[in-house]
Amino acid sequence: MTRTSGTSGTTVRGTAPHEARVALELRELGRRYGRHWALRNATFRLPAGRVCGLVGPNGAGKTTMLEIIAGLRRPTRGEATVFGAPAGSAEARARVSFLPQEKPLFTRFSVADTLRMGRELNPGWDQALAEDFVRAGSVALDAKVGSLSGGQRTRIALAVALGKRPDLVLLDEPLAELDPLVRRQTVGALLAEVAERGITVLMSSHLVAELDTLCDYLLLVSRGGLRLAGDVDELISVHRLLSAHGDAVVDAPDGTPAGLEAHTVVQAQRERRQVSALVRPGGPVTDPWTAAAPTLEEVVLAYLEQGDADALISPNSHVPGTGTEVAA
Amino acid sequence: MVCMKYRIERRRGVAAYQQIVEQTKRALRTGTLRVGDRLPTAREVAETCAVNPNTTLKAYRELEREGVVELRQGIGTFVARAPEPFVPDAGSTLHAELYEWTERALRSGMAEDDVRELLETALARYGDAAGDVLVTEERKGGPA
Repeated sequence: MTRTSGTSGTTVRGTAPHEARVALELRELGRRYGRHWALRNATFRLPAGRVCGLVGPNGAGKTTMLEIIAGLRRPTRGEATVFGAPAGSAEARARVSFLPQEKPLFTRFSVADTLRMGRELNPGWDQALAEDFVRAGSVALDAKVGSLSGGQRTRIALAVALGKRPDLVLLDEPLAELDPLVRRQTVGALLAEVAERGITVLMSSHLVAELDTLCDYLLLVSRGGLRLAGDVDELISVHRLLSAHGDAVVDAPDGTPAGLEAHTVVQAQRERRQVSALVRPGGPVTDPWTAAAPTLEEVVLAYLEQGDADALISPNSHVPGTGTEVAA
Repeated sequence: MVCMKYRIERRRGVAAYQQIVEQTKRALRTGTLRVGDRLPTAREVAETCAVNPNTTLKAYRELEREGVVELRQGIGTFVARAPEPFVPDAGSTLHAELYEWTERALRSGMAEDDVRELLETALARYGDAAGDVLVTEERKGGPA
């Protein structure tokens, strides 16, 4: 596929480390609606070039966070910066594309009209990129948007988001309504753009099981605030899934299984004759417990179920000068 | 270029990039890939297999570190040499012991699935011990 080369893009190739640049930084970011805090005390850094999953229960503030970063909403507390520029400033908005969940498209427009609107609204517009992206999904340029399937509309909305040539793409539940085949094609097309231009992606998703092939970075928010932030491989490697026969383990008075005192227990559960616990090990694992490496899904689910577990912010997500805990 | 299809599974204890490393080495052992072949670009892997390009690049860097592939700037990633074989010869004691152990296990009345499960448990136990060593070493460096 040939493509006109742009000037605004950054590329990640070979062994060049791309961790040096920070795409996004939040400092004690919070947003209150009336008396209710939708998002509180979010502090982290996202290195450039990463594909970051944003997970959490409904009402944990995922959409609010994306809207603040996109410049569509002001925070009640704290600040967000995009490549060093305050979120909402002209400089930041020029580098960010935001695709909301409801995919705002005019149904009576043709696909070509939709792209033309993108071109007129965005100075750095790349028509060839947007058209290639549409054609690769076998969507005709003269088709009316209203006649397209959900998967095709997602592709058009993504084409508009990417045609702007952003450095940071924000996607709110982009895959929710797509069937598995279309989801895979859409993900493939998006990741190909990541490979081509080294863009940074932050996407909220309920599809926890699919995150580990899609994302290399993860943010987990709960109603209490940020719970996990960091490189996916790192987040997995600092946790162990311990299991033991139920009869061999008694519960301490506070309900947690005995014999885990050396570790930080994220979540423990007793099911019939088996006791299992997701822990951050603080020493050797002793009998009767056996240890295994968890999957990303197991780590995420443990933190989702145990909303008050200690937060874990990995070193490259850590914002200097703030009080968040650092893994290691 | 050889069409290399990677398949990432959600498996306990095996990171996505490690699966790409393993699958590349397996393709070399079976002859699907040969010395001099170009591996697919991270973009091609992203498009055909929906794998995160950062994962693919991490795997290629690991293969380069092991000397299996060579990154030629602006051209691509090429197979430099076949990986060291890790399967011992058919006549080795490891083979003989495993065959003998498997026979004993099946004769004792265990079902094939139980035998498999026992082996997995052992692998989880010792494979994990190796993982712990890695984590400990990383921690010595402290936060980057």
